[in-house]
Amino acid sequence: MHAHELEQALVPQDGETLVFDTNPVLNERVTHYCPGCHHGIAHRLVSEVLHELGVADRTILVASVGCATFTYDYFNVDGLEAPHGRACAVATGVRRARPESVVFTYQGDGDMGAIGLAESIHAANRGELITGIFINNTVYGMTGGQMAPTTLLGQKTTTSPRGRDMARHEGGPIRMAELMAQLSGVAYSERCALDSVKHVRAAKKALRKAFEVQLQGLGFGFVELLSGCPTNWHMDPVSANKRISEAMIPVFPLGVYKDVTAQAESEVQHG
Amino acid sequence: MSHDRILIKGNEAVAFGALDAGCRCYFGYPITPQNEIPETMSLRLPECGGQFVQAESEVAAINMLLGAGACGIPAMTSSSSCGISLMQEGISYMAGSHIPAVIVNMERGGPGLGDIGPSQGDYFQAVKGGGHGDHRNLVLAPSTAQECYDMMFRAFALAFKYANPVMLLGDAIVAQIKEPVRRQPPADALSPEALAELAAPWRMEGYGKRGPGAKPRLLKSVYLAEGALAARNRLLMEKYAAMQAEACAECWNTDDAELVVVAFGSMARIARSAIRKLREEGLKAGLFRPKTLYPFPADALRALAPGRRFLVIEQNTGQMVEDVRLSLMGENARVDWHGVMPGLFIGADALEDPIRQACKEN
Repeated sequence: MHAHELEQALVPQDGETLVFDTNPVLNERVTHYCPGCHHGIAHRLVSEVLHELGVADRTILVASVGCATFTYDYFNVDGLEAPHGRACAVATGVRRARPESVVFTYQGDGDMGAIGLAESIHAANRGELITGIFINNTVYGMTGGQMAPTTLLGQKTTTSPRGRDMARHEGGPIRMAELMAQLSGVAYSERCALDSVKHVRAAKKALRKAFEVQLQGLGFGFVELLSGCPTNWHMDPVSANKRISEAMIPVFPLGVYKDVTAQAESEVQHG
Repeated sequence: MSHDRILIKGNEAVAFGALDAGCRCYFGYPITPQNEIPETMSLRLPECGGQFVQAESEVAAINMLLGAGACGIPAMTSSSSCGISLMQEGISYMAGSHIPAVIVNMERGGPGLGDIGPSQGDYFQAVKGGGHGDHRNLVLAPSTAQECYDMMFRAFALAFKYANPVMLLGDAIVAQIKEPVRRQPPADALSPEALAELAAPWRMEGYGKRGPGAKPRLLKSVYLAEGALAARNRLLMEKYAAMQAEACAECWNTDDAELVVVAFGSMARIARSAIRKLREEGLKAGLFRPKTLYPFPADALRALAPGRRFLVIEQNTGQMVEDVRLSLMGENARVDWHGVMPGLFIGADALEDPIRQACKEN
């Protein structure tokens, strides 16, 4: 089905009732993502949070390089393209130049965890008032399935054909949510997953929190989203979801790693 | 703002020029010999409501500049040679995305880590684009601390007029020299309001700022659809063609000159002293000093060609001489070259013999 046919089919006809709609922050363009990819879910969650917070009209999106390069095609907000890995530096410049704006980056694991690790960590450490959204699918998607900094031990990719192995000094999966939580400027860091309805709902709450700390001027908000890449995992979407719960979550435990608002509440409670 | 002259370094003049021209964001990473720029900006920018960020690297600094420039806020970075190399990726993205930026390069010796002495070794990198892909940066070359101040106004005006990176290309001499500077905006300076007006059609701000029904904006350099990048590059070519009108040079004692020395920046200043002395000896020499290196003032140089010989003096192993020869192609004018090696501090006396020699040769 062509994109315009699909868009046509989504318009309610006589006798049909609309029971499910998008929100105005996400446009109705059909995405370029593969079947079973979780970028679509992540986009929808982010757009719902921006809509519910009522900040889309002052939001500036900083896109990255990878499958998420074209994020800006789907969001009805001002958008900017960053070079590979540099989204948090670009976002720093945007937020400093326009302190009244709401700024977020949307980055994959290669972009944020490898080539852009320095920019990401230092923006977070400075406590830049931006929200960093990190899509961890343990593989380079756009370039065709190469090893990522988050690739699991034993996972075969096109550049770790024998399976990622510490004995060969190929490194182990880097844990960004834990890393971010160590930094002074980070106000919120949580890892979520997009493999089940329950986890998707938790992810939306986390995203909302990561934007709220920006709006409250508390610091850098970070959310890691464990996501499926059926194409480069050579799996059907259902098996890909299963891989997230069975193979990824044990290595990347879900949870809140830092929340300065909870710390403040807890200090109040304990007097 | 005082109109009296103040005794400051070229680096400080750059910072004061930027502040007076309306610069409100500075991003940079320390490197010798330009540290007085970030130091001055870190002290002064917050006083006028601006933002100073010491970045974790030049890579980060140039991308912060990309972000601030995309918002249409006058912003800058500064560095020196090796640091500027690290910035080339971001400069290319800004050129490809039509984003204004002012980048100051106080050159030091290279290649590699080189030294911290003066050099003009980054001429090619500055005037031929420097980053990947087809792009050009406007390049201004100050030769005094006063020009460091004045040219910052020009740099911001050009960056916003063309929505393009502009580089101020100085060196360790003009960066560190301390001399009287009149802190007064040049007559043709654009006001911050005029800069903002130029950015109004494209800046990132959140669509809410543009009134009801406003559409989201996008600034990018990626064009994957068939023919889209070709169209984009044609648009850039048109912009670079329009920039040629900005070419600017100083002619000094060229009217009666038989030999014209072509030099820019600090080397031009040293050559001027040598020429002044040699004219007392009766040598008919003059100076052609490009103030813009891109666009190169080829027409003004060509106008001097009939009946004159040329000597290019530059502090590198032979770079601007190529643009001089290109400019004079078909003019039947002799072009000699004298290189001062990067890292050396020379006096005017070191240039007297080469100029004398070029005057004598047939």
